[in-house]
Amino acid sequence: MKILSSWLRAYLPGLQVSDRQLADDLTLRGIAVEGVFDLGPRNGSLFEMDITTNRVDAMNHYGIAREAAAIYDIPLLPLAAPLPGSQPVKQPFPVRIEAPDLCGRFTARVLRNVTIAPSSGQVAERFAQLEQKAISNAVDATNYVTMAMGHPTHAFDLDKVEGSIVVRRARPGERLKLLDGTERTLVADDLVVADEKKALGLAGVMGGWDTMITPGTKNILVEAAWFDPGSVRRSSRRHKLHTDASHRFERGADFAAPPVASAMVSGLILAAGGELHGDPVDVVVPEIAARTAERPAIPLSLQEVARILGRTAEGKALQAETVERYLAALGCRIQTASAADYRVSLPSWRLDLEREIDLIEEVARLHGYNHFANTLPSFSGSVVELPSAGKENLVRRKLLAGGYTEAVGSTFCSASDAAKFSHQPNVHVPLGNPLSEEVGCLRPSLLPGMLAMLAHNLNREAADVRLFEMGTVFSGTTDRVQERPSLAIGATGFAIADHPHFKGRPFTFYDLKGIAEEVLSGFATRSLYFDAFPAATGLMPVWLQPGRSARLVVDGETIGFFGQLSQDEAQRRKLRQEIFLGEFDLERLYRHSLREPAAQELSRFPAVVRDFSFVFPESIAWQSIADRLRALNIAELRSVGPVEIFRDEKAARKTATLDTGHFSLLLRVVFQSHERTLRDDEVQGWWERIAAALQQLGGAWRDKVR
Amino acid sequence: MTIPELRSYTADDLEAAFGELASEVHRDATELDTPDRVEAFRLHWLGRKQGRLKRIGDAWLKNAPPEARKELGIRFNQLKQQIEGVLSAERLDGRNRESVAEALDITLPGIRPALGAEHPLIRTMQEIVGIFQRMGYSVGVGPEVETDYYNFEALNFPPNHPARDTQDTLIVARQEHKPLRDRLLMRTHTSPVQIRTMENQPPPVRIVIPGKVHRNDAADATHSPIFHQVEGLCVDENITFSDLKGTLDHAMKELFGSQVKTRFFPSFFPFTEPSADVQISCIFCGGKGCRKCKHSGWIELLGCGMVDPAVYDSVRAKQPGYDPRKISGFAFGMGVDRIAMMKYGISDIGLLYSGDVRFLEQFA
Ligand SMILES: [Zn+2]
Repeated sequence: MKILSSWLRAYLPGLQVSDRQLADDLTLRGIAVEGVFDLGPRNGSLFEMDITTNRVDAMNHYGIAREAAAIYDIPLLPLAAPLPGSQPVKQPFPVRIEAPDLCGRFTARVLRNVTIAPSSGQVAERFAQLEQKAISNAVDATNYVTMAMGHPTHAFDLDKVEGSIVVRRARPGERLKLLDGTERTLVADDLVVADEKKALGLAGVMGGWDTMITPGTKNILVEAAWFDPGSVRRSSRRHKLHTDASHRFERGADFAAPPVASAMVSGLILAAGGELHGDPVDVVVPEIAARTAERPAIPLSLQEVARILGRTAEGKALQAETVERYLAALGCRIQTASAADYRVSLPSWRLDLEREIDLIEEVARLHGYNHFANTLPSFSGSVVELPSAGKENLVRRKLLAGGYTEAVGSTFCSASDAAKFSHQPNVHVPLGNPLSEEVGCLRPSLLPGMLAMLAHNLNREAADVRLFEMGTVFSGTTDRVQERPSLAIGATGFAIADHPHFKGRPFTFYDLKGIAEEVLSGFATRSLYFDAFPAATGLMPVWLQPGRSARLVVDGETIGFFGQLSQDEAQRRKLRQEIFLGEFDLERLYRHSLREPAAQELSRFPAVVRDFSFVFPESIAWQSIADRLRALNIAELRSVGPVEIFRDEKAARKTATLDTGHFSLLLRVVFQSHERTLRDDEVQGWWERIAAALQQLGGAWRDKVR
Repeated sequence: MTIPELRSYTADDLEAAFGELASEVHRDATELDTPDRVEAFRLHWLGRKQGRLKRIGDAWLKNAPPEARKELGIRFNQLKQQIEGVLSAERLDGRNRESVAEALDITLPGIRPALGAEHPLIRTMQEIVGIFQRMGYSVGVGPEVETDYYNFEALNFPPNHPARDTQDTLIVARQEHKPLRDRLLMRTHTSPVQIRTMENQPPPVRIVIPGKVHRNDAADATHSPIFHQVEGLCVDENITFSDLKGTLDHAMKELFGSQVKTRFFPSFFPFTEPSADVQISCIFCGGKGCRKCKHSGWIELLGCGMVDPAVYDSVRAKQPGYDPRKISGFAFGMGVDRIAMMKYGISDIGLLYSGDVRFLEQFA
């Protein structure tokens, strides 16, 4: 909204400050001046304003002048509307309000023998400065008055009006051609200004085409009315017509304004010729007057002002006379109920003021927010940590230390991704108004987003990527949506990049498994294992490549799935590099407490290391070997680990060192006691038991195979 | 080999003659680049019979008057120490010189452990939350899918408020059959957690709420349908507007440095009254005016206000302690994305949600 400083000054003869100072002071009181543009010598400035929607009263020159008068405590001139004397008429112009719940007031003035001409003088000058398009004196007059005092009015070509003015609900299906040239079909909830035969305009939104002012207009009816904000809003929405008038009416216009606005419009039109016929007609609905202009006074106590606002920069509560002065300057009438209690009558133009707190806000605003002290409150409550805060920190810390970068992905995914990555089949939640189909559903998994981010990097020649995301995933139905925290990890390219000092190596399944193990090691768990299922079982997610993926189970509960992205899915997404990814259910993980580290006593006796070089058939998994050796229950067995695994690339050829379908394993076991140095004979005994166990599993000494 | 001449045994002449010899040792020492030359140097100066030191000593001491002998002795000793110093340094150095082939080019890049990078949003959010935790605030969270009731109605949004329009708010599908208040939507702010917190906990309350929020905004350099907020709520007896000002002034100084100033403007939010927008003095120009602050010297950063009594009315059925005549409080909310973008000079909000490692690894 544009405001002229010269126009403001016309209402404020006592205003001493510069335009720039005025702009700053208004802004600090919530009447925001966004820009100040110099209009040249003696023309003042153009203010570009940004008025909050609750302050419709300040969306015009007089309203802003009123604020300035209150800020500087200077007089504000009344709105002048000089009118020539009127010709007597036998009967006032007939006006009927048939929808008194939607139209609280309707004033009409009859102007005859008017001259339709271009605007001149002050109107033309101010229009030019505001870059407002001038049309004709009659049309400009209504716009000018809106800019002056904020009340929308309308001028009808009286000769096109048939009989009385009737303010009524539209007849369902009734048609009305509006000033913008469009024809609208109305519904019963639309309020129209009509004559006896037809609708003349959509009340408070836009006038009609048939009764508009034309160069040939001779007689005019000036409408200045008060329409119900809700009704105007509904019509404006329904017909997608957001006009200056609807903007103001739907925020609550000044119930007392119509007679003044009508007089101003009439005076401006008559300046070019014509005469006023009869007294103004003013139909008022008392029930609406009682709810607006004449609403009851509200209480305000100084104690409450101090309780909410605290101390001023001088360290005191606001004084009674200061509070009184601010409220009076805003147009409130104050009655003193007792020493520190008032009853405050509210100005008709401030429908936003309804409660004591509204008045307290006005007092704070006019005093200037920055003239209050900065204090810190004391606190009597206790501080509580979120139960999962420490766990979330630990997971994040381990991943960051492990070389994974945190990412934040989209909350949404496509319906097909939602179906594919959902943990429960076919359960996902669509949005009602998505930005596009690609983001049409709430994500049931972090993985579609993770894959999108990996692809984003690969498309930008960032080939080595390790990411994680911790975020919310959604399940359930559109009736009931469940949320749970989830962790996704995604990686591709090299785990260790080539370096002048050594050769790098690609990221593998075991890197992903390793970081999962590392994260889990921070939690107290009783049992933990990884397993895999053949594709045919349908137990592994379809996005994983069978044979290169695993499930993670902690204390009997599935925590997550991870592994290599399936070839189908990689192809569909045009991902040519191997992708490793996994998702972990943090809600389930967080049910475990954090592992409390406990120091073990270190043995003072030497450890004995023994290696076993064995060949096994491929059907033997490492886990079964480890389990079997643990089952020997050798108390002094400190550790068992694979040192080297060899699979012969040339298997099945003559030069092969291993039989087809076999692999060789170098196994290292360590024995140690806390009580004594181990004897050779007992180590020899264990060695034999272990060798026998390995043979029972199908293993053979490697040397003997060769 | 010539013996240098000693003009007399006066202090000045001794000083000059021994200075000459010290320079000679120094000159010889610069040429010791092989073990052979080191050995030659040793023999030349310290050889038992033919050593230069021995011969000069013999020559000069022979004619020395008794009173000058002591001074001569001290000076020869110093010279000998200088020569031995050269030799001991050379011996160490010589040992290293034998392994020239194994010398490292220490200018080659080091092997840096590959650490992950913190996300700038998470980092900023944790920083803000930490500031309020140190001021006695507990951390709260709430669901990202909310009902209209918690997101709007309980926060005193009128039924026809523009924010409730589907043009601004992303909604869950198929809600039409439900009453307005039960309809599910993506929360547009973290403020619903204010209501959830007060429903669960009587006053006093001090809570800081970080979280992800959504709006129906097409993405561009400054808009994203996804963004992050940190919300705060403080309710107790005698909490005032000046407490709100002091709290946020303190928090902004912790976040941006003690030189930062704050100023408060009247604003309008349905759930606070009085409501304020807070500006901080420009962190780029210190308030003088620059392009980043549009030459105003100030940057708008957050919204806040005293909790509107209507908000307490929403929770009083469950927690009668929130009686607006007895307690008061303030709430504030800030956009984490904007703060992170400002702190780290990020010009495109989309980068924050791209997972682009070239961008993210700058924060490692
Ligand atoms: Zn600046």
